[in-house]
Amino acid sequence: MLEIKNLHARIAEDEAEILRGIDLTVNPGEVHAVMGPNGSGKSTLSYILAGKEDYEITEGEILFNGENMLDMEPDERAAAGMFLAFQYPIEIPGVATMEFLKTALNAQRKARGEDPLSIPDFMKTVKAKAADLNISMDMLKRPLNVGFSGGEKKRSEILQMSLLEPKLCVLDETDSGLDIDALRIVSEGVNKLRSPERAMVVITHYQRLLDHIVPDVVHVLSRGKIVKTGDKALALELEKNGYADYVDAAA
Amino acid sequence: MNANTTITHTQGETQLMARFETVREELAGSVSVDALRSAAAAQLRQAGLPHRRVEEYKYSDLRAFMKSAAPLATPSAAPDIEAALSALDSYGDLERHRIVIANGSYRAEFSDAAALAEDGVTVADFSAALTADDGAQLLATPRTAGQDGLLALNTAFVQGGVVVDVRAGTTVSKPIEIVHVATSEGAQVTRCRIAVGEGAGLRLLETFTGDMGSGELNAVFDYAVGDRAKLASTRLIAGAAAGPRLLTTIATIGADAEFKSLGFIAGPGFARNQQFVNFTGEHSDAKIYGVSMARGTSLADQTLIVDHAVPHCNSREYFKTVLDDSARGVYQGRINVAPHAQKTDGEMMTQALLLSEEAEMANKPELEIFADDVVCAHGATSGQIDEELLFYLRARGIPEDEAQTLLIMAFLSEAIEEFDEEDVTEVLEARVRDWLAVKN
Repeated sequence: MLEIKNLHARIAEDEAEILRGIDLTVNPGEVHAVMGPNGSGKSTLSYILAGKEDYEITEGEILFNGENMLDMEPDERAAAGMFLAFQYPIEIPGVATMEFLKTALNAQRKARGEDPLSIPDFMKTVKAKAADLNISMDMLKRPLNVGFSGGEKKRSEILQMSLLEPKLCVLDETDSGLDIDALRIVSEGVNKLRSPERAMVVITHYQRLLDHIVPDVVHVLSRGKIVKTGDKALALELEKNGYADYVDAAA
Repeated sequence: MNANTTITHTQGETQLMARFETVREELAGSVSVDALRSAAAAQLRQAGLPHRRVEEYKYSDLRAFMKSAAPLATPSAAPDIEAALSALDSYGDLERHRIVIANGSYRAEFSDAAALAEDGVTVADFSAALTADDGAQLLATPRTAGQDGLLALNTAFVQGGVVVDVRAGTTVSKPIEIVHVATSEGAQVTRCRIAVGEGAGLRLLETFTGDMGSGELNAVFDYAVGDRAKLASTRLIAGAAAGPRLLTTIATIGADAEFKSLGFIAGPGFARNQQFVNFTGEHSDAKIYGVSMARGTSLADQTLIVDHAVPHCNSREYFKTVLDDSARGVYQGRINVAPHAQKTDGEMMTQALLLSEEAEMANKPELEIFADDVVCAHGATSGQIDEELLFYLRARGIPEDEAQTLLIMAFLSEAIEEFDEEDVTEVLEARVRDWLAVKN
């Protein structure tokens, strides 16, 4: 589903190189965890996958279901099934959450040549999914993410993910800012979406999230490169020993 | 400076002078009204049209824009008014009373005067009222307006309009829409005096329809909001227009009263909405909103002075502007607080969104405070669409154009929603969408 080959990228503005040759293949049905210390390039990788313009790809390629992802606009990627759950979801004053959800869903359907969902069907779907995530109607009427707590913002991201039913879910530090209860609700939401057709890349700092969302593969990212790949035991090892070994290894 | 010095007139000014000589005999008014008209014409002759060296018109040079002056519009034929009204799509099927001013004159036969009378509202012809002995008082201008050139132009040429009185204690059941209709080319100069009696309530809709060609629209709305009265007015200055759209509000607010207004500009080549809001009684509120949209080489100007001459009043001014191409936006807002106007609470904000490199916004919020126990704030922003917001929406599959529309809509809606007149919110938001759709 996702093939990243020898990806090098830098910040367009100051030309600082962040990714220095990433290779990563994710197959349908798999959940990959990408772990690493601060500044290793985890968030950069997620933004590049989503199509943010602040980065310049200097080498390598990304194939998404065989297509060159780097040629696609962010909205085209989304319609093709790419979803990024943001580490810091953006507040959008004046756009009601419900209205936003409807616009996003129907824009994707339109891009795929499908009819828009009828309002009753849409409402029914949103309500059911929102209830699973403990999101109230009141929250859906409020402007998107405005005044939401950290936990509410993350739950709102997962609601969007479950509504848009992407093929590839990239979760960027979805556990940051969550208390234990919120972590459980969010993880349950994510686990519900696990399926043989869907792949996930879970970016995280801590092993804690991986107790809830159990990965098939764990990668360690350090200084812009994947320096070690293993199974879920690797995450436990990291939790115990920290990243020190890998930071040195990459140097 | 020698007061008798006259300037070199532009073609537009020369034509205005000639227009005055042509029509002065026909224009309605008592002897004292005639004198006011002549004085106003003399001011025009001496000072010319408002131009960029007059501080209040620094960014909106009417003299440069008004290269010619069309004759005043002549009376409309009834079938033409009928056709224009049936084509009017201002507020859909919203229940409302209607008052029609066609080619500058009140047309009773197209207005709901009888129904309004039952609702506690009397409507009279402004031009007839001008011929009364005390007609001149209808042309009074507030101290805050100074020697304003648009008001002088209005006084010199005013053709007609209405005098509306809402009986004390009456809350008018439906909004009143004052429709200015143009059935032929030519200038329209009107004035409406709206008095909302003690404890009364009125919602007013002001709309303008029809093609005046290069003729100017100069309309003054003079509101007297009585003690404990409420007035909400929505002014819709929409649609392409070649001639200038010049709108003036004079609001005189009594005690414990509420005045609320929204000036909506979308389309005309040159639009100025100026407001002189004057508190004359304590414990009153004024909420003034503005939404402007301009593209091409259009100019949208929102100018206001809110005069806190008495203590214990609150005012809120909230203006939004969206500009594309090489359009220009102007916001000039001043809150005056008189020396004894303690406990004044004033909060002014103007925000502009520039969609192109060439668009230009002049934001000029001002506070002039002479009292020491007040809360006053002002702010101004000009910026582009936030790339982070745009990326977030696009990452959810919303194409760039649609995402932009959503964000612009959200930006303008903040003022429309805060204006909080449910009946009109939808209509105004639909107008914003229409305006945005033209580009996409």
